[in-house]
Amino acid sequence: MDRVIVAKNVSLSYTADETIINQANFSVNSGSFVFITGASGSGKSTLLKSLFGAIKLKQGSLVVGGVELSKVSRSKLNFLRRHIGIVFQDYKLVKEWTIEKNIMMPLIINGYEKSVTTNQVESLLKHVRLKHQAGKYPLELSGGEQQRVAMARALSHNPILILADEPTGNLDEYSSELIWKLLEGANTQLETTVIVVTHHIPTSLNVDYKHFHIEYGTINEIN
Amino acid sequence: MKSIKNHLSLIVALVSILFSIQIFVIVERSIDAYKQNLANNYSVVVVSQKAITQKEFFKINKLISKVKVLSPDNVIKRLNSDIDKSNMEFLKLTLPKFYKLHLKSYPSPREIKRLRKNLLNNRFITKVEDFSNTHDTIYKLLVLFKNVVLVFAAVVSIVTMLLILKELRIWQFKHNERMSIMGLFGAPTWLRSAVLFRLSIVDAIISSMIVFAIFTVLSSSNWILNQFKNIDISVVIFDNVGDFFILFGISIVLSIILASMIVLGHKEEV
Ligand SMILES: Nc1ncnc2c1ncn2[C@@H]1O[C@H](COP(=O)(O)OP(=O)(O)OP(=O)(O)O)[C@@H](O)[C@H]1O
Ligand SMILES: [Mg+2]
Repeated sequence: MDRVIVAKNVSLSYTADETIINQANFSVNSGSFVFITGASGSGKSTLLKSLFGAIKLKQGSLVVGGVELSKVSRSKLNFLRRHIGIVFQDYKLVKEWTIEKNIMMPLIINGYEKSVTTNQVESLLKHVRLKHQAGKYPLELSGGEQQRVAMARALSHNPILILADEPTGNLDEYSSELIWKLLEGANTQLETTVIVVTHHIPTSLNVDYKHFHIEYGTINEIN
Repeated sequence: MKSIKNHLSLIVALVSILFSIQIFVIVERSIDAYKQNLANNYSVVVVSQKAITQKEFFKINKLISKVKVLSPDNVIKRLNSDIDKSNMEFLKLTLPKFYKLHLKSYPSPREIKRLRKNLLNNRFITKVEDFSNTHDTIYKLLVLFKNVVLVFAAVVSIVTMLLILKELRIWQFKHNERMSIMGLFGAPTWLRSAVLFRLSIVDAIISSMIVFAIFTVLSSSNWILNQFKNIDISVVIFDNVGDFFILFGISIVLSIILASMIVLGHKEEV
């Protein structure tokens, strides 16, 4: 099986004197479903950031989708990012764009045709139960609704890898279930590799998954 | 509603810049028209011992546009009584020639001085009356007026520029966020800034339309037309084609410069 992510001795930090992730070694197979857990402040978001090149490696080698991130050109990084769908912990929706346009963004960046774009957005809006909100702006939605928009955006361009940072953090049980079903669907039907940071691993999930736990800067696989 | 608000700040700034530019152009045109008026009424009188042809006058100084011979008949008529006909002809020949010179444009005091020097360099010309005292006062008044308008326009432009620079920081902040998010999804720089350039070009088009509308209304206003009639000049207040394209060009260039400043000021968040 292909490996989407291979990390060797990866250390991550924001400042010179503190290390958030210390010499981590792990790999993720293509098409697998991965959960990352850990206490608040343990470095889960930081680890995700490293996977799409938003934080420089302090040390080590990190290959994502065949791209070596320790020495990557801007255009290569853009290329990689166009094939990743990210759900940010703080959503990062474009405030001056409608919900519809926000979900459309990755499709536009990937140069999809207008007809494909509109169909895809419509179907996603239906899936996250936001069809009636399509013309609204992010700040006119509740936190949970914004989170569902972020989820829809991450799925829109059928990425090879989905990175979701607490995608159900603000949602009630019903909406959470909705999100898990979407991620499960992408994983089983489209063979998308899914990596999710969460505090609660859902029990209803119908997939085999890997579980990484971060503690004191090290990443441990839990079986 | 939201999208209108996004556009408004740049549009207001562009409109005020275009408006003051056009006002300055109109003032310039009025002063030029008024100067032409003055030039038509202004003349220099020259006394010469010998006849000088129009061609020779043109060679003396380029400003000269028309030469009129002042007939000596009136002078002679007064002496007329006891001079016989043949003497009279002789007198006419020996009497100096008087010329009235009209100029192409209203001269500056320096141009008058040079004209006077050029004329007196001719060995037949004995006297030049340039009415420089009256001329100088009017000229200085015009220069004063033009300077006042220039200072006024400069102040308006500087204040608008300061406002724009202040706004620029807000725009920068707003667009930075969007450009960063697009970057996180792999948008290349040109695509990230395309939105901004499209927005500013649309704003430039809208603001030139607004200015077009304002000046079309102004140039058909009777009150304004009467102001110009009162000082006996006719001025093109707004040329629908020429002026419009100049203003349109200025606003496009300005907004593209602003957009470029925002793009260049964008900090890459890796
Ligand atoms: N931009 C930053 N600059 C400096 N330090 C940062 C930055 N972002 C995070 N940190 C620090 O890095 C550590 C790990 O942060 P991170 O966001 O990865 O935690 P987390 O596991 O995602 O926590 P949470 O569950 O609360 O989201 C924290 O101690 C935090 O203070
Ligand atoms: Mg986090």
